[in-house]
Amino acid sequence: MNSFLALLMRDMRLAYRQGSALTMTLSFFVIAVTLFPLGVGPELDVLARIGPGVLWVGALLACLLTLDRIFQADYEDGTLEQLLMGPLPIEFIVLAKIMAHWITSVLPLIIVSPILAISLNLHSDGIWAMVISLLIGTPVLSLIGAVGGALTVAMRRGGVLLSLLVLPLYIPVLIFGVASVEAAVALLPMGPHLMLLGGLSLGALVVCPFAAAAALRLAVE
Amino acid sequence: MSLHVQSLTCIRQDRLIFKSVELSLSSGEILWVKGRNGAGKSSLLRILAGLLKPASGIVSWDGTDVEQEPEQYQQNLRYVGHQDALKTAYTARENLNFWSQYTGTNNVAAALEAFQLQTIADHPVRILSAGQKKRSNLARLIACPAPLWILDEPVSSLDTDYIDLFKNLLETHVKAGGMALLATHQDLGLQSARHLDLNDIWQVAG
Repeated sequence: MNSFLALLMRDMRLAYRQGSALTMTLSFFVIAVTLFPLGVGPELDVLARIGPGVLWVGALLACLLTLDRIFQADYEDGTLEQLLMGPLPIEFIVLAKIMAHWITSVLPLIIVSPILAISLNLHSDGIWAMVISLLIGTPVLSLIGAVGGALTVAMRRGGVLLSLLVLPLYIPVLIFGVASVEAAVALLPMGPHLMLLGGLSLGALVVCPFAAAAALRLAVE
Repeated sequence: MSLHVQSLTCIRQDRLIFKSVELSLSSGEILWVKGRNGAGKSSLLRILAGLLKPASGIVSWDGTDVEQEPEQYQQNLRYVGHQDALKTAYTARENLNFWSQYTGTNNVAAALEAFQLQTIADHPVRILSAGQKKRSNLARLIACPAPLWILDEPVSSLDTDYIDLFKNLLETHVKAGGMALLATHQDLGLQSARHLDLNDIWQVAG
């Protein structure tokens, strides 16, 4: 447990020190979401209708920008092989790094999402639904992204392949995430959608650390 | 404590790197692995560190096949490879503190002192020279003590004074009951070290 916490805290401190990554991700999210009103026009009804989808796609793409950093730096500087020789099972190493990624790269997006939701004229019920659906659904982005990151860690410029591997697997999260917000805006129960999102997160939590661990073992060889 | 290797063969991407390597190492011993570039020194060390699977052969620690209990084996070894395993945004002390916490050991102050890193311990690693980074990496051996040291080119980037310092620390380690296996092109003048020449293995094996 101490090794797990040490690794989690180290990754979080490193992300804080190398603040450029967080700034870049947040800036991308804000700019990408802000571009939509400029592109589709300022009609408030239209913005409110497309808002949930725009925010979820924006968060998803911003998250995608950071996935290669989950393992890449540790692989390149030799830290990864030292971690593998340590006392922590590789699946827990993966889990610690996924948690650190979610906290440092995804959570800030969720925190700023209500402000962007207001700018997209989202109904107040929709704003809360947006935050809740992002909180429940975005762990899947980090979990699946870690598998993609591990599969492409040994490749130079593997970012495009990583996107191609990961984006199709994000589709279910996107569908249920957006559907939950739309349900809340339409004053319909959003529980079923959130439960499906939660199910996806739990399923990914069970499968993805093992898949990423297997990929990392191959990469280190 | 002892390490035994029997009939070890390494194939990487369909290329035979070496075959039928035998070696043994006990407490108080140093084994110097020699060989030309590409002879398989690093591959051998990576296999012994558990980072690479051999094509065939057995590596055993205290009589137990390390494949059966890899965690127990890896708790007993420290590996220094070609890369420094240092986070450049951290200081040398912070890097060592992390490895110390991660491995559940607590010997950072002694490690900094042993490798004469006290004056630069709180400088970010990114501003350190190659030799200072190498010493910060080697300090992990003291900060996180383990009986078996597997060292791949441990003195590259070190000047002669620090090579002597490292040599003394290595000899102190084996005198205290540790053991070390190192691959280097540089003769460190270790009188007690046994040699394993991978070039000879090729000549014998054809």
